[in-house]
Amino acid sequence: MLVTESDKIREDIRKLTETYGRDRSALMPILQEVQKKYCRISDIAMQEIADLLSIHPVEVYGVVSFYSFLDDKPKGRFIIRLCRTISCTMQGKARVAKQLENDLGVLFGQTTADGLFTLEWANCLGMCDQGPALLVNDQVFTQVTPDKVHDIIEGCRRSFAQHVSQKREEH
Amino acid sequence: MISSVDKTCPLTFASVDPDAALKAVVGKKRSEVLAEVAASGLKGRGGAGFPTSVKWNLAAAARGQEKFVICNADEGEPGTFKDRVILSDYADLVCAGMTAAAYAIGATRGIIYLRGEYTYLRPHLEDVLARRRGRSLLGPKILGKDGFDFDIEIRMGAGAYVCGEETALIESLEGNRGEPRNRPPFPVDTGFMSRPTAVNNVETLAWAACILANGAEWFKKHGTEKSTGLKLFSVSGDVERPGVYEFPLGITIAELLRHVGGENAKAAQIGGASGHCVPASQFERTIAFEDVPTGGSVIVFGPDRDMLEVAENFLEFFVEESCGQCTPCREGSRKLLEGVKMLRKGTCSMKYLRELCGLGQTMQLASKCGLGQSAPNALLSIVEHFKDDILGRTPQAV
Ligand SMILES: Cc1cc2nc3c(=O)[nH]c(=O)nc-3n(C[C@H](O)[C@H](O)[C@H](O)COP(=O)(O)O)c2cc1C
Ligand code: SF4
Ligand code: FES
Repeated sequence: MLVTESDKIREDIRKLTETYGRDRSALMPILQEVQKKYCRISDIAMQEIADLLSIHPVEVYGVVSFYSFLDDKPKGRFIIRLCRTISCTMQGKARVAKQLENDLGVLFGQTTADGLFTLEWANCLGMCDQGPALLVNDQVFTQVTPDKVHDIIEGCRRSFAQHVSQKREEH
Repeated sequence: MISSVDKTCPLTFASVDPDAALKAVVGKKRSEVLAEVAASGLKGRGGAGFPTSVKWNLAAAARGQEKFVICNADEGEPGTFKDRVILSDYADLVCAGMTAAAYAIGATRGIIYLRGEYTYLRPHLEDVLARRRGRSLLGPKILGKDGFDFDIEIRMGAGAYVCGEETALIESLEGNRGEPRNRPPFPVDTGFMSRPTAVNNVETLAWAACILANGAEWFKKHGTEKSTGLKLFSVSGDVERPGVYEFPLGITIAELLRHVGGENAKAAQIGGASGHCVPASQFERTIAFEDVPTGGSVIVFGPDRDMLEVAENFLEFFVEESCGQCTPCREGSRKLLEGVKMLRKGTCSMKYLRELCGLGQTMQLASKCGLGQSAPNALLSIVEHFKDDILGRTPQAV
């Protein structure tokens, strides 16, 4: 039987409600899991979550749009978030930002054509004594200099290639 | 490249046994635990400085079969990172503090609200919780005490500074947009799921555990009459030795700067973006709830820093992080940011600057929550103390 992407999302969400329950307070954890797995929360996902939690899809959208770590639009596999707050600014974040744009070939707010990277600004990451700081998904990098940008990006590419080949072996 | 070492000075937390705190707690009556915390004079370390015992007493007195203890680990104030260090190195102390609070107010469920940016700390915290369950420090009948049931779960934030405000945090936990509520009612009586809830900062809970282990008198050896005890500071900016420090409340800014290697600073931002910018001429002022209050953020500006750039950076922060619910904050922050941009271009008249300051004062009074009330603070203090820096700039300076 052919399982479509939307069937898979629905099935995943149903499983998540088994873990977190169907109370409204389960909404954030469910959204966070969907975001993590699919790099976005699609209309189909929002509709399914709304149905299972017995709320209106507009309510779900309202929550998704409020939080900067939740997205309805597709994002890259790796979201790079550079701290733009004052301590990192004083430690040279502007040049790191420029190098990120140069090496990725996109501007802040954009995603690379291969869908691998999204470049964003973040506010203070709580690493102010070791700035400039950035997050790659959940991982934090500190004291980033322009010359380290290339290594960080290549590290992501390598881990993605590894992930893809592992997936192939599984099949 | 991932930070492994923190440049921290020795912390008192390292010398306190979290188990001793809980053992002391179960040997006491609820009222005795509350009395010990009251005697210590402990005030909230999250920024607002509300007396912890008052909060716990209210939650204890509130009626409801189910009550909650929430640890506010949203640490989003620019320049603050001490809660991250506490959660990395002294999570057991924080859990002991939460468990003590649960005992004192009669709560059965605890939640750590961890900011999304600290997701990498979650596996470590889950380990700590699992170990505590295994040792009967969490779960049913804690330390064998009948009727003392309490467990802690972790919930994640998702990149919204305003969710550090306690009512917005509760909204977020309930699956809503993180928009602050009108108060009253207060969380101590109508909190998470409308149940009585004590929300405390990470550091507050850790100190509460220390107090219960070592006694109120031990805690009061440091600090001032109105600001008892030691406090953790997150120091960054133009200093030789940035990092996490522990000092008694009541320390002068000058002395703090000597310890961290920031003597030649021209200003220090105390309390993060929502705090105040203190010029060098006032470095003899003390950091304490009765003088310059802080949640622990100290950002130091060297002689060559452009204070307008600082103001602009902070206002951009508030424009982005305002939840948009009320007009003074939403529109006011934007107007102030526009004004700073005019100042940087050198196109702002004195008359307009006065209007901006008036708008800032209106925001302080009319905004619904602490975010909008404190958004103008940095700009107003910079305008007050650094007029020479900001007026009549030539456009090339941008
Ligand atoms: C905009 C805003 C953000 C806040 N962020 C935090 C935070 O990240 N961590 C925190 O402990 N308190 C924060 N607070 C203060 C909380 O509302 C609350 O006072 C605090 O968690 C109470 O704990 P305490 O009494 O132990 O300090 C914030 C307040 C406001 C207005
Ligand atoms: S002051 Fe700002 S953050 Fe607070 S409720 Fe109003 S708009 Fe939202
Ligand atoms: S200012 Fe960048 S991590 Fe805090």
